[in-house]
Amino acid sequence: MLSGWLMLLIAFAYLGLLFAIAFYADMRSDAGRSIISNPYIYTLSIAVYCTAWTFYGSVGRAAGSGVGFLPIYLGPTLMACLWWFVLRKIVRISKVHRITSIADFIGSRYGKSALVGGVVTVIAVVGIMPYISLQLKAIAVSSNVLLTYPQIADNAATRAIYADTALYVALALAAFTILFGTRHIDTTERHEGMVAAIAFESLIKLIAFLTVGLFVVFVLFSGPGDLFAKAATVPEVALLFSFDAMPGSYASWLSLTFLAMMAIMFLPRQFQVLVVENVNEAHIRKASWLFPLYLLLINLFVLPIAIAGLILFPQGTIDPDTFVLTLPMTESAEFLALFAFIGGLSAATGMVIVATIAISTMVCNDLVIPFLLRMRLLHREDMSGLLLAIRRGAIIAILLLGYLYFQLIGESYALVTIGLVSFAAAAQFAPPILIGIYWKGASRAGAVAGLLGGFLVWAYTLVIPGFALSGWLPQTFLEEGLFGWSWLRPYQLLGLDLFDPITHAVFWSMLVNVGLLVGVSLFANQSAIERIQATLFVDVFRQGSQTRDSRIWESTSSVAEIREILARFIGVEQAAKAFEEFALAEGQSLNDEAPAESGLVEYAERQLAGAIGAASARVMMGTVVKGEELSIEGVMKILDETSQVLEYSRQLEQKSQELEAATGKLKAANERLKELDRLKDDFVSTVSHELRTPLTSIRAFSEILRDSPEMPATQRQEFLDIIVKENERLTRLINEVLDLAKIESDSVEWEMQSTDLREAIEEALVATQQLVAESGTALHKDMTNQAVQVTVDKDRLIQVVINLISNAVKFCDGERGRIRVRVYARNGMANVEVSDNGCGIAAGEQERIFEKFHQVSDVQEGKPRGSGLGLPICRKIVEHHAGRIWVESELEKGSIFKFVLPLEGQA
Amino acid sequence: MGGEILVVDDEPNIVLSLEFLMKKAGYNVTTANNGVDALSTIKQLRPDLVLLDVMMPRMDGYEVCQAVRGDPELSSVRIIMLTARGRDVERDKGMALGADDYVTKPFATQELVEKVKSLLDHSSS
Repeated sequence: MLSGWLMLLIAFAYLGLLFAIAFYADMRSDAGRSIISNPYIYTLSIAVYCTAWTFYGSVGRAAGSGVGFLPIYLGPTLMACLWWFVLRKIVRISKVHRITSIADFIGSRYGKSALVGGVVTVIAVVGIMPYISLQLKAIAVSSNVLLTYPQIADNAATRAIYADTALYVALALAAFTILFGTRHIDTTERHEGMVAAIAFESLIKLIAFLTVGLFVVFVLFSGPGDLFAKAATVPEVALLFSFDAMPGSYASWLSLTFLAMMAIMFLPRQFQVLVVENVNEAHIRKASWLFPLYLLLINLFVLPIAIAGLILFPQGTIDPDTFVLTLPMTESAEFLALFAFIGGLSAATGMVIVATIAISTMVCNDLVIPFLLRMRLLHREDMSGLLLAIRRGAIIAILLLGYLYFQLIGESYALVTIGLVSFAAAAQFAPPILIGIYWKGASRAGAVAGLLGGFLVWAYTLVIPGFALSGWLPQTFLEEGLFGWSWLRPYQLLGLDLFDPITHAVFWSMLVNVGLLVGVSLFANQSAIERIQATLFVDVFRQGSQTRDSRIWESTSSVAEIREILARFIGVEQAAKAFEEFALAEGQSLNDEAPAESGLVEYAERQLAGAIGAASARVMMGTVVKGEELSIEGVMKILDETSQVLEYSRQLEQKSQELEAATGKLKAANERLKELDRLKDDFVSTVSHELRTPLTSIRAFSEILRDSPEMPATQRQEFLDIIVKENERLTRLINEVLDLAKIESDSVEWEMQSTDLREAIEEALVATQQLVAESGTALHKDMTNQAVQVTVDKDRLIQVVINLISNAVKFCDGERGRIRVRVYARNGMANVEVSDNGCGIAAGEQERIFEKFHQVSDVQEGKPRGSGLGLPICRKIVEHHAGRIWVESELEKGSIFKFVLPLEGQA
Repeated sequence: MGGEILVVDDEPNIVLSLEFLMKKAGYNVTTANNGVDALSTIKQLRPDLVLLDVMMPRMDGYEVCQAVRGDPELSSVRIIMLTARGRDVERDKGMALGADDYVTKPFATQELVEKVKSLLDHSSS
């Protein structure tokens, strides 16, 4: 028989042992020979993740749902793979900025904001309550099970008693935690003693669980083969082996795994051991495979114990959550049962100690101190005593809140679900941290909106329904929603009815949290300090480890004054030591009367941040340095100066960008000029060629005539005709070159007048009458009866039509040639078409013939060649009248040259 | 005197004038008005000299010159390039491709005849 006093004695003896370990570790630490500075202790301290929930609850869950307990351990294992990238960055940031808690971290990231830190703290306090109550419940239940030994009592019989036990447990734990965690205020807020004790506890709970597992498998049964063979004969048990027993959907597996991934990093106590208590970044590498190994070991016997319990106890008589205790008791192995109880106690106390220490620090640094600062209530000379008192009060309050939750709601949820409610709260910290350390744009407003939004959804979908389930709120709230609005049903928000309550809550709270964080950040402007902090966090690996932020303190205080403020918070001795270290590191002696330089002020602020958090330290130091009582405005003024400097450098950057852009434009313009120059060169060369060709004939024949007096008259006549024709060609060419040059340089005087287009066409026909008649081509005109009124330079337009008609003649085959000139108005445009049945123009040439000097190749022999300028001139003229000219043609069939001009009153 | 001359140009009037000048100087004259015809005529006829215009459709004078100089059997054919583009680079290019002389349009007729005579005298001696 285990009497109550013996159990109490053993429990307190165990806690005493832990205290001794902690004390020893602290001593070693003070002596500079840390015992926790290795990856193994680090890993074991991370195993504070495995609480009473793991120790008792996993078996309970396995008994109900087979492998359903796995996601809680799968998540951390997955997350551990990312530690080297994510966790290392968080640890580096935390070391540089002397981060004391998760609230401090998030607050610092978003501009050392007291508001953000406060919000995080409130979420953490409310979110941790279910978890603490879970531990209280576990200790109370397990001690009652042991107390009724050897009678193995069922659930209902003990329920009445353990409610009281839980209160004593809560008070005892509070006392113990205060002794542990708040013996003195440290500038780094690291607790070597606590870490050592926690690591020891992790070891004990692992050994205890493994021992129970081995006992069950090899003593109660003869080996795993026997156990599973027997299990196979019981149908309900056999079902647990398979994934078919898995409750819920893939969605719930996914959400549980996700929750566990977030929880391992962002539960306040995990942040404490992973980040704040981390001694050396390098330990992360080893821990990222050692910790999953720990999880594997502690889960090895979960299923066997669950199966054994189900086989040995008649269905439903014993709570599966107590199998770890009750199974050893069946064989009267009382010391094993006691060892199992110690294991469970380790799991529970470890979690409670770390969690309450972490959260009490947050309550003190991120809620109470900023409040006191704002209320101007901080006047006492020695602050360190006050800080300790605040923390101790916070510890007691947190544990009592946990007890209250246990009393109010504890019965409505299973052990596992209670824990998941806390996980879901901790998951709210993930977006502001993960997004915050990779995206500089994440702003304070976004973080506050995301955290509050996610928290409200969490409370509405998980906590408040708990009150309803426990009868504190009407049941109709669950079934019909708030005010009877069905879209507000807490388990089916907006009618989403696909998931179990936890998955449902995770889905909505994460959606709201991330959505608001990103959405608001995209629209909210960051202040200077936010930008600075964002850069320092995101780019932490690009900076030295001793990064100073870029503020410029307007230092009006003496060294002595700075030391005094530090001493008020961390004690005279600590402050003196810190100043000595600074003097040593900087290689200078500190004169008390000298004004404090900004390096010293920043150093002091970092020391202060270790005690009261970054946001409070910032305000505090700001007031002292400015020599004012408590002026947040003073700090703001300095911030403004900083932002002006930032603004100036931003402008500089902008200017240099503009300069770069201008250089680029100049370069492009230069390229364009070169290109134009090259084109002009080509043009000159081509013009030269075109002019020399007729000149060559003229000169050659002139010289021939001069040198051949005996030439027959007919031949003389023939040569003279050539000379005349070439002369005309030369003249025409020169005119066209000049004409085109004039149009291109815009020096043409356009004589715009209202004209009936038909008249202009008639004049062009008259001018080309002789040419057409000589060629023998038939010309047909097809003109509308109504006036086609346009505002044009009439002579220029006639020039275009003449050009088109002469081209048509040139390409037609003499007698068989047919030319049609058509004029009509349509859709507000005047249309002119000159079509022929000549040789046609290949598709590839149709656009190029409008380029200067482009000649259609293979002109029929015997035809006079054009200058290659006619069509380009036509195009220039038409385009000047806001019109368009083009050709439609098919080889051997003929071509249609068309141009359109806007009718009068349409342009 | 005597000899076979091929006149190549895409301007009919220039071909006519060159043909007249060369006949008057006592040579047999054949004509072509593009590079492709010119090359096949050169291979067939193996003229003593070609008056070769540069700017022609389908195959320009440079290409013809290059083809002729690439064929050892045609090594005795003299080539005078004619061009309306009188820049030094063009002249250098023609000479580099193996032309014997280079004349810029418009040319002095007597000068051209002298050049032809001296080239052919030189090669026959």
